Amino acid sequence: MSLTVGLHHFLVLSAILFSLGLYAVVTKRNAVTVLMGVELILNAANLNFIAFGRFLDTDLDGQIFSVFVIVTAAAAAAVALAIVLNLYERIKTVNLDEADSLAG
Amino acid sequence: MINNALFILLLPLAAFVVQIFIGKRLPRKGDWLPTSAMIAAFLLAVPIFVEALSTYEPGYVIARETWNWLDFGSVQISFGIMIDNLTAIMLVVVTLVSSLVHLYSIGYMQDDPKYNRYFAYLSLFSFSMLGLILVDNFFGIYVFWELVGLSSYLLIGFWFEKKSAANASKKAFITNRVGDVGMFAGIMIIFSTIGSFTFESVFVGVANGQLAGTMLTVTGILIFLGAVGKSAQFPLHVWLPDAMEGPTPVSALIHAATMVAAGVYMVGRVFLLFTPDALLIIAYIGTITAFMAATIAIVQKDIKRVLAFSTISQLGYMMVGIGTGGYTAGLMHLTTHAMFKALLFLGSGSVIHALHTQDMTEMGGLRKKAPITFYTFLIGTLALSGVPPFSGFWSKDAILASALEFGMLHSAHIGIFVIMALSAGITAFYMFRVIYMTFTGEPRDKGKYDRAHESPLIMTIPLAILALIAANPVWGWFKGLIVKPELSDYGAGVAQISHLGGHDVAHTAHTGAMITSILVAGSGILLAATVYYWKKISAESWAKRLKPIYNLLWNKYYVDEFYRATFINGTLFKARLLAAFDGKVIDAVVNGAARLTVFVARVKGTFDLKIVDGMVNGVANLVGLVSVRLRVVQTGKIQNYILMALAAIILIFVIQQF
Repeated sequence: MSLTVGLHHFLVLSAILFSLGLYAVVTKRNAVTVLMGVELILNAANLNFIAFGRFLDTDLDGQIFSVFVIVTAAAAAAVALAIVLNLYERIKTVNLDEADSLAG
Repeated sequence: MINNALFILLLPLAAFVVQIFIGKRLPRKGDWLPTSAMIAAFLLAVPIFVEALSTYEPGYVIARETWNWLDFGSVQISFGIMIDNLTAIMLVVVTLVSSLVHLYSIGYMQDDPKYNRYFAYLSLFSFSMLGLILVDNFFGIYVFWELVGLSSYLLIGFWFEKKSAANASKKAFITNRVGDVGMFAGIMIIFSTIGSFTFESVFVGVANGQLAGTMLTVTGILIFLGAVGKSAQFPLHVWLPDAMEGPTPVSALIHAATMVAAGVYMVGRVFLLFTPDALLIIAYIGTITAFMAATIAIVQKDIKRVLAFSTISQLGYMMVGIGTGGYTAGLMHLTTHAMFKALLFLGSGSVIHALHTQDMTEMGGLRKKAPITFYTFLIGTLALSGVPPFSGFWSKDAILASALEFGMLHSAHIGIFVIMALSAGITAFYMFRVIYMTFTGEPRDKGKYDRAHESPLIMTIPLAILALIAANPVWGWFKGLIVKPELSDYGAGVAQISHLGGHDVAHTAHTGAMITSILVAGSGILLAATVYYWKKISAESWAKRLKPIYNLLWNKYYVDEFYRATFINGTLFKARLLAAFDGKVIDAVVNGAARLTVFVARVKGTFDLKIVDGMVNGVANLVGLVSVRLRVVQTGKIQNYILMALAAIILIFVIQQF
């Protein structure tokens, strides 16, 4: 039996990657770690784009889109890190549990 | 002549205006100003009178001038002055008596604190009275009529600190108003039917039948009602005795000589309006008045009140004269009476000035102390009693003759003559009672008698002048000047009214009336002398013997009491009823409405508070309540939100599977 890598494998991998990212975003206390989780989620999405582009499409729309996402993610990371730095300036911590001034 | 008339009218007015505003600051408190204005008016009136006398023609109009006064589109009201013989005589009478009263007042009112105002009022009165006799229309006569009433009110209440004087002035004013309402209604009827106020056009209208029949009778009676009030005829005579609260010169001028005669003058002036029925009513009113007042005068103790009732009685005579067709006689009596009654009042003023009392039971023997007063008063009394040859004899005799003639023509009404003759006797009796009680016999109050003195010259000279006129027998000229007017002079005669005794009746019955007149006057004087001079008959015992009659007279036939019981108490009762209605019903309704409003407001308030606010608050509370529960979700921790979003998405996925 030959193992053919198909769309499902990519999708499962992407789902695992997404879940890991989500897990990091939801559970981690450190803002930087959360950002890292966000990157994982984005990359899971990229993987999906590429997989769908490879298996279901004829042109390169998916692959091109993932390139955009990578660029955007870089920009987002830059902005997010700047926010984290500001957060640290304000409350002297990057622990997200402490940043609850929006609590109702 | 018209300029004379204008000056006669305006001089007193100007004097009034100056005197009322700056009189107090003028030298002598300005008494000379109204006095000289009045004397000037008299001097201006004399030429008018002389012209009337020299022309000596009944219908002669000396001067006449009309000005357009009010202009309401098609309705024009003119204001005019007309001087005929009657006006000329009245002008002289009023200005002369007024001048003399002014002079007399300088002495009589000497120390009064309101001296200046007194003279201002006198001027106002003179102006009003002169206006009343000068105007040529009903509108003007009504205006001046009321002005005369006003000045009378001011002068009766001149000593308003005295409650009785204040009340008397109110009584006079209100009683006069009753009559004036009638007069006003009459004038309105005339204007609405004939469309003019001028005497002449009204007479023309009546002659042409524009106003006739019962309506004309009613109009005449309404107009006469004004005279009933002003001339103190029964049943509106009650104010005149009380009016004696005013200063005595005022009583002489207003309440004896001029104003009260205004009613008679007016009746004479509008004579052509009166139908035979109206004239009969005038005659009977006059008869009742003359008799009632004469009998009341017998028992009065106050010298001025005797004269007041005598005035009422004599005004009754004038009305009888005019009512029975003796037009000339009535107006002649008006003229003679003005003179001798002014004289008597001024004389009584002199007596009061001397003794400081008005009560005749405190007088007596004054003849020696005040001879001028006595002799002039005696002349006035003789004139009033109708003793020949004094002036009053001629006029009263003419009235009696007219009444007798009327009775002879219409035998049903002979009673008028009988009662009038009887009243003439009573007149002589009560006037000589005054003479005997005041001037003869022993003084009853020694202290007052010893301090008594003759009045100063300024008071006795007017007395002397008036006495000279009152003693004057030459009133013959009057008959040629004042002749009863005929309606046929004014119109074609669609509705000619045959006045009772269409010709001047005073001649045929003259002898009979003259004999009667002298007889009753003589017996009246004789009886007075027997009772009060020779004291052969005791007045007191007779008063006791005739107690009911004495009480009836002493209480003035209970007319005042009757008015008190009916009109005054009736009005008070009505007022109380209305007050109760106001208090119980109207106030209750108003208060009820208020309470209802308050109740409704409370309900609304509650509704607002509970329901409207409740809804608003309820919503807010609900939101708050829900929020308290929901805020827990808002932890402010971003990871929780994400978790929840995740859970929701999972939930959606799960739901989608089914």
